[in-house]
Amino acid sequence: MIAQVEKLPTGIAGFDFVTNGGLPRGRTTLVAGTAGSAKTVFAAQFLVEGIRQFREAGVFVTFEESPDDIRRNFGSMGWDIAAWEREGKWAFVDVSPVPGEQPVEAGSYDLGALMARIEAAVRRTGAARISIDSLGSIFLQLSDEAVVRRELFRVASVLRTLGVTGVITAERLDEYGHISRHGVEEFVADNVVVFRNVLDGEKRRRTLEVLKFRGCTHQKGEYPFTIAPGDGLVAIPLSAIELEQHSSNVRITTGSQALDEMTGGGFFRDSIILASGATGTGKTLLTSEFIRGGCERGERCLLLAFEESREQLFRNAAGWGMQFERYEADGVLRVACAYPESASLEDHLIHMKALVREFRPQRVAVDSLSALERVSSMKGFREFVIGLTSYIKHQEVAGLFTATTPTLAGGESVTEAHISTITDSIIMLRYVEIFGEMRRGLTVLKMRGSPHDKQIREFNIDRTGMHIGRAFRGVTGILTGSPRQVPVSELERLDQLFPEA
Amino acid sequence: MNLAYRFTLFVTGQTPRSQRAIANLRALCEEQLPGAYELNVVDVLEQPDLAERARVLATPTLVKDLPPPPRRVIGDLSDRQRVLFGLDLELPAGGLGEASA
Repeated sequence: MIAQVEKLPTGIAGFDFVTNGGLPRGRTTLVAGTAGSAKTVFAAQFLVEGIRQFREAGVFVTFEESPDDIRRNFGSMGWDIAAWEREGKWAFVDVSPVPGEQPVEAGSYDLGALMARIEAAVRRTGAARISIDSLGSIFLQLSDEAVVRRELFRVASVLRTLGVTGVITAERLDEYGHISRHGVEEFVADNVVVFRNVLDGEKRRRTLEVLKFRGCTHQKGEYPFTIAPGDGLVAIPLSAIELEQHSSNVRITTGSQALDEMTGGGFFRDSIILASGATGTGKTLLTSEFIRGGCERGERCLLLAFEESREQLFRNAAGWGMQFERYEADGVLRVACAYPESASLEDHLIHMKALVREFRPQRVAVDSLSALERVSSMKGFREFVIGLTSYIKHQEVAGLFTATTPTLAGGESVTEAHISTITDSIIMLRYVEIFGEMRRGLTVLKMRGSPHDKQIREFNIDRTGMHIGRAFRGVTGILTGSPRQVPVSELERLDQLFPEA
Repeated sequence: MNLAYRFTLFVTGQTPRSQRAIANLRALCEEQLPGAYELNVVDVLEQPDLAERARVLATPTLVKDLPPPPRRVIGDLSDRQRVLFGLDLELPAGGLGEASA
């Protein structure tokens, strides 16, 4: 059997998953990306996490920014590079251009000084990691390309003999084209990771892709990532999340006694519930009932709203006799409102996760999930939903999401199509037109792991909230969006067709 | 003694290229600046910290420390015209030695 190349865990959230355990140990990996694709952040964070998590020192070779700029720029991420330098955990090899000093070339040369400096820095700090940012810039400082190419091969081999695990960044000109400018990949051809920063429906979407890891495995395809203050680069390997949630048999109230009965005793504690309906059918009300049900029992509830402002939500709730202010004062409710457009989906996800981590709610409601559809591509949205649901389930909290259907009468929303298979329960809210009057109907369409009421019930809304009443009789075709009255005589005939066993 | 010119030449070990650079520089200085220069040769393999401080990338690298402004020339200094140009030395024909004599 051929020995697999060992991996060095980078400690960068999500990245080690995408790479099946980290970067090939003792080798150098090329990180190629266009301007602004966060190559330098990755190069620096590779060292930062080594210091913070694995007590591994690192050497940062900078060809572009001065060490002062780097210290300052990453200070805002919460990384105190100067302190690590004093402690001997971080060393710069500064090859950034000297301002106003363009050296004149007179005769043949090599990169002996660079190699000596790298080697000295690695030995001095006992570094296990090295980042070189960005190699291509060397072509701007020296004019003899043939010499530089020859010498870069030597740099690569020096790194191998030093036994350090390396990251070399290189600039690309196109998101989907040649791997890197100046053909830098020739020198470190074994392992290539590509960072992209693509404009996707007016939104920047960052992805990373492992192009190749010679002699070892990795996940394939593009994975979204984001840059979060404090955390740095966070890769989000959504489609690789394993379905291994526990399931609990503990029931929690839906907030409505009638709905509790319809669902066979309430929602499961760690389930994902989708409430779907056209605008005005009562999704926000259902959400509010869910929140009230939790808060009244002392459960912490987190409401993430993307359609209405805090004031609107609180006013709505007050109109249904719910005191959100009091719940909040009691510390059982947290409401976070944001415009979907205020951030990318990846950033929304990171933010939502952070809120869940911090507040530790037992219930999470998202109103509405479909509002977030607007700010992303289909694929991005689907990954977001999978990421969110799996995270929420992992925390063993109940999640209620709402989805707005595009037509008044019914039909499917994109959100539904994307997440209906992931959800444990689906509740449908529908307008029902009977004799020229709009009435509201509700049904439990799906209740995983439990029997449930299959009737379509009528409900009313008043100053105390939602009141679920009897089933619609004599109406058919509600779900498909074309309700039709059925004469009583026909109903009786239908009843006789399917006698109860 | 107050010398008008001070140079540092960074080389990597005792390679033919290093020796060529040292020889070229000495010849140039002796010819153009006799008695008026100071020359330090730094082997980056022995003193990488000095190379780090001076931010030297390639070897050989000649750094003119004095007089200001600082100037750098990369290479084995075989192209004398380029060296003079790079060091910003405006030399009268025949060299500084003769002119001051």
